[in-house]
Amino acid sequence: MTTTTTSTIQHISTGRRVKDKLVQGLVYLAFGLAVVPLVSVLWLVIQNGLARFDMEFLTHSMRNIGARDAGGGAYHAIVGTLEQVLLASAISVPIGLLTAIYLVEYGNGGRLSRAISFFVDVMTGIPSVVAGLFILAFWILVLGMPFSGWAGAMAVSILMMPTVVRSAEEMLRLVPTDLREASYALGVAKWRTIVKVVLPTALTGIITGVMLAVARVAGETAPVLLTVFFTDSINFDPFSGPQMSLPLYVFDQAGRPNDTAIDRAWTGALTLILIVMLLNLVARLIAWWRSPARGR
Amino acid sequence: MTTNLRTRDGGPATSRPASRRSHGEGPFRYASTGAGIILLAIMAAIAVFLISEAIPALQANKGHFLTELTWDPNGSQVFGIGALAFGTVLSSAIALVIATPIAVGVALFISHYAPRRLAGPLGYLVDLLAAVPSVVYGLWGVAFLVPLLITPSKWLNENLGWFPLFAGEGAIGGKTMLAGGIVLAIMILPIIAAISREVFLQAPKMNEEAALALGATRWEMIRMAVLPFGRPGVISAAMLGLGRAMGETIAVALIFPATFGISIQILTPNGNSIAANIANGFGEATPIGRGALIASGLVLFVITLLVNIAARMVINRRKEYARAAA
Repeated sequence: MTTTTTSTIQHISTGRRVKDKLVQGLVYLAFGLAVVPLVSVLWLVIQNGLARFDMEFLTHSMRNIGARDAGGGAYHAIVGTLEQVLLASAISVPIGLLTAIYLVEYGNGGRLSRAISFFVDVMTGIPSVVAGLFILAFWILVLGMPFSGWAGAMAVSILMMPTVVRSAEEMLRLVPTDLREASYALGVAKWRTIVKVVLPTALTGIITGVMLAVARVAGETAPVLLTVFFTDSINFDPFSGPQMSLPLYVFDQAGRPNDTAIDRAWTGALTLILIVMLLNLVARLIAWWRSPARGR
Repeated sequence: MTTNLRTRDGGPATSRPASRRSHGEGPFRYASTGAGIILLAIMAAIAVFLISEAIPALQANKGHFLTELTWDPNGSQVFGIGALAFGTVLSSAIALVIATPIAVGVALFISHYAPRRLAGPLGYLVDLLAAVPSVVYGLWGVAFLVPLLITPSKWLNENLGWFPLFAGEGAIGGKTMLAGGIVLAIMILPIIAAISREVFLQAPKMNEEAALALGATRWEMIRMAVLPFGRPGVISAAMLGLGRAMGETIAVALIFPATFGISIQILTPNGNSIAANIANGFGEATPIGRGALIASGLVLFVITLLVNIAARMVINRRKEYARAAA
């Protein structure tokens, strides 16, 4: 901009250089500011959570634990979370995967596929509490069903579906067209090509996407709060009676006034973060392990 | 396209019509189309069932739903969305004001400043912020951030108290709009940063190199070649963040003191939001109370839907952005 046609190269003026360095400093500062809460959250959760992170916590429920008592655990909540997340995956993975297959293999950019694609995007923005209210209105109030783990799983599956569709779609699009055409050339039907050629090629990517979706919804509290209700006892049956879930357990304990409850809340948070981070890590490892260009 | 190529047991002398589909083609196609339609149906069903369950409560309402400030559907059956909607908008606005500049900085850091080798892992670190469950942020906010903010809040109130946002007498600090807004900002930062980062990475390399070749400093190059290209992407990313902030429930349910009233004094213990009120009020709600909460959820659904649709339309208009928003 200020370069002139003189033969010597002009030095960058001090003002411009200072501005450049200033912005660089601000950008580094922004990154630092973003990492501070992450470190702070993890540090506090580990520090406060370790106190009660013992076998009693992992193997006992809150049954017969008085308001001010220490002790008790989150076994009922861990069981509930695992069952609900598993059920939610059982609903949302088939629907999500088939939708992705439709978008990539059958949609051909038609009206319906564009509408679906658009609303999948919009669906990712549905507040989790609205998903819970929907199941509350539809399943519990209109159909008169009781609060149960299954109801929670349905609410959570609504939040999972768009994530599964998007990640599966991305993976299916990465499968080279050559593979499909080679299969067609051998006289294989389209659906068999999809099942035998396209899906196996994209499988690890799809698994990664599903695990990330699971990690995301495992920490959801609001939809579970409205559909699963509370219990202090162990309930293995997600289809009858209220259950507990780990995020709900943290919410419940954090709202109580006693220190013993707050301690349990921290330990519950630690357990939850461990589960979520483990899922994340394994998902990324699978993606990295099978990625064609390792480590980018 | 490829339909003609598909004859399953294509011996040379086959007399079957070429268009004959193999077994299973139809069912599989219908199943996948059906799954897509189920998704659309769920979206429609959400609206239908929220409306149908909200109507009885709205009919029993003795106040005006859109303007009434009190929320007492269980007792006097006077309730309105006014104060809650105000709280939702104010807390999300605080979150957006804090998060957007930092997220843009983070995105620039990952896309243009960080060493190539470190950019991936550092970006993952920011993405991890999104992996922390919201209830954990709530617990962190109540136990750590709220006490931490008391001293700076008092300082702001004493020195900048003339500014309406920082005004207020009596109890300063504690469970405030500011605390909720900061927690929301942390929660929406990763999504804004991730989309902005992808958009910045797609800025045309030619323009960047041309700017550098003309002697621009790094900042001048970013200002001239990267930011103008990325602006619509950043705006829609911020809008997606806004949608998230408005719908965020549990973290703010733990932090907000659940007062009803309109106050822009973000340093006094005031605050509530539609989502937080649903989480806090659900336990002791009567049937009318539940209907009222569903009605408030419907309002939240419509607002976030509009914000999201607007954001998506901005993103979809630019083909280059399509990948970034996934």
